[in-house]
Formats: sequence, C-alpha cells, structure tokens
Amino acid sequence: MNAITENIFLTFKLFLLSGLLFCNTESYSQSWQLSDLNIIEDFEDMADIFEYDNDTTYLVNFWATWCGPCVKELPYIEEVKSKLSDEKFKLIYVSLDFKKHIETRLLPFLDTHKMTSEMYVLLDSDANSWIDKVDSGWSGSIPFSVVYKGEEKHTFEQQFHSTEELLNIIKPLIH
Amino acid sequence: MRLTYSLSLIISGLAFFAFTIIGDGYKVGDTATDFSLKGVDGKMVSLTDFPDAKGFIITFTCNHCPYAVLYEDRLIELHNKFAPQGYPVIAINPNDPEVQPADSYEAMQKRAEEKAFPFPYLFDEGQNIYPQYGATKTPHIFLLNKDKVVKYIGAIDDNPRNPDDVKVNYVENAIGAIENGEKPDPDFTKAIGCSIKTKS
Repeated sequence: MNAITENIFLTFKLFLLSGLLFCNTESYSQSWQLSDLNIIEDFEDMADIFEYDNDTTYLVNFWATWCGPCVKELPYIEEVKSKLSDEKFKLIYVSLDFKKHIETRLLPFLDTHKMTSEMYVLLDSDANSWIDKVDSGWSGSIPFSVVYKGEEKHTFEQQFHSTEELLNIIKPLIH
Repeated sequence: MRLTYSLSLIISGLAFFAFTIIGDGYKVGDTATDFSLKGVDGKMVSLTDFPDAKGFIITFTCNHCPYAVLYEDRLIELHNKFAPQGYPVIAINPNDPEVQPADSYEAMQKRAEEKAFPFPYLFDEGQNIYPQYGATKTPHIFLLNKDKVVKYIGAIDDNPRNPDDVKVNYVENAIGAIENGEKPDPDFTKAIGCSIKTKS
C-alpha cells in the first residue's frame, strides 16, 4: 500500500504544481456531492454516451485518481474544454476509481481541481464484457480517450502531452 | 455503425492509429522467446531454468498499479496451486523506474519481501522483453505451454476488484484446457490496467 499512497501523494503534488494550467473561465462554486456523479454498475447503462448522434463533438476520457498519466493529462483536457466553450463540444469523464474511494478520494479531487464536467464512475468489474463495446482496439490500459462526432470516431490509448495535441484532433471534427 | 466506424478510421489516417489497433507482440499460437532477466534475489532467470515445467504463467505486473496490487494475493495463490503441477508464475515488472520510481528494482525487492512472493519477480531492465510479448498494461498475463507456445492472453479472472465475486477464473480454466489437450476458451480476454511506463 505504501507505493500507492506515495504515488497518490506524488501525483497530488504534481497537480498542485500544474494548477496554473487550469484556465476555467467560469467561476467555481460547486462542491461535488455523491448525487452529482453518474455511478454506473452495469456498462449498458452508460453505453449511449459513445453513440450520441448529433452535431456535437464529444471527448470521452477514461481516467482515475490513482492513474498517474491520467492525472497528468487532465490540465490539458480541462484547457481544451475552456478553449472550446463556444463550440459544439462536450467533455465527458469516466472515472474508474474504486467504489470505496468515491467519497474519500474522487469527490475531494474533483473539488480540489475545480472540475465541472459530466462525471461517470464506472464500477462494472467485468471489463472483458465492455472494453470491446467502447473500442475493439483498446487493450484496457488507461488513460484512454474517445473523440467522436456522429459516426466519425477516433480513439487514443495514450496520454496527451499538450492542449494543442488535443485541439488538433478535436477541431477538424467540430468544423 | 461498426462498419462505418471502421471505414472512418481507415479514412482518417490508418497509419497513425495502427499502433494502438494492431499493435505488436504475440497472439495466441505464437511461440514466445526466452529471456534472461534479473530477479529480486539478484539471480538471472530464464524459462530454461524450469526443465520440468509444463507451462508458464508469465505475468507482467508491478508495484505501483492498484490493479496489480489487487492481484498480488491471487498471483501467490495461483503459483502455490499450479507450480507443483508444472505451471509456475513468472512475474515481470516492465516499467521504467525513472518514470515510475515506485517500480524500481529496490522497490521490487522490498515488495517481494513484504508479500513473500513464492514466484520469481523479474525486472525487464532496458524494457526489451515486454514489447516482444506485446504487453500493454499491468497486470497482463501470457500463459505458455512447455514449448513456449502462447495459449492464453489476458486477465487472471473476471473480477479484479473483488476476488469473492469472481465468476470465471480465466487462467485456471486455460491451464485445465491445456492439460486436457484442448484449446482454452476464451483464449483472449481484456481487462483494465495501468499503462506500461516508458519515457517515450
């Protein structure tokens, strides 16, 4: 357990350092409550978030507070959201945090990092039954992101290293 | 939907996505190469060190990943049950400690001692072995038969978070199939895990 605690502490420190990267223009007054989360026991109950068929471009990001690379790329994703606030773009997070850590780790994390996007927490343990439904090319490691508009879809089993990298992927779909 | 989605992938730049979709590494039926990696006891370990083995439960795992930690006790059980039957667990840490210090060789030694790992816990120094296998995450299992032919790739079982709620023991069933001269079913599963840490 020491390694995990240490890792979480490290990523937390990293996040404090990278706090300046968060450029949310909207003022933040939210305090995340359990009822603000979409807690999902069965993947089928959230399968539609990968299939919205309209003129909005969606970025669905699989992450977890325990995942170092996921936490590192969050500032870039948040900045993308802020830069595209006037566009038909929607950011949806899917947290793979553990059930027992939702209140002790996830909710405080969301407050600390002033996150405001729609947040799913996927607790469906049988990943073999749902990974292919998200993307048949996904081996299961996180971070993992899906960018799609209608039937045009791109998937990324990788960590993003800049806001520009993401914008270059998302902007062509918006316009 | 699936067809148009595949088409759109091709149109929008197959070369770029080929890396994540096709990937390299072994598929079931391929023959794995042997390796010589340093264990936590300082000794080099190869598959040829197990002349009586009927197979190998090669497990890419590490210290820091919560999913890897969730499976530590189950790996110990797996080894204690199947090593006497000829199928030892061989654990390999594929991560670059410069990227994830919690997975350093010294940290591996410490964790192996704390948990009294009964199986070899090896360090993929230089990260040459995991790409050959095609491991993408921890934990990631490659079950080989005695001729080092890959018989199963994937997860240990179908419930990482709660061992009490496991319904299917994939690795155990696959070993049973090999023993009966059958093809494991399934011979490939997916699971959530931590990406392998590289400088990239």
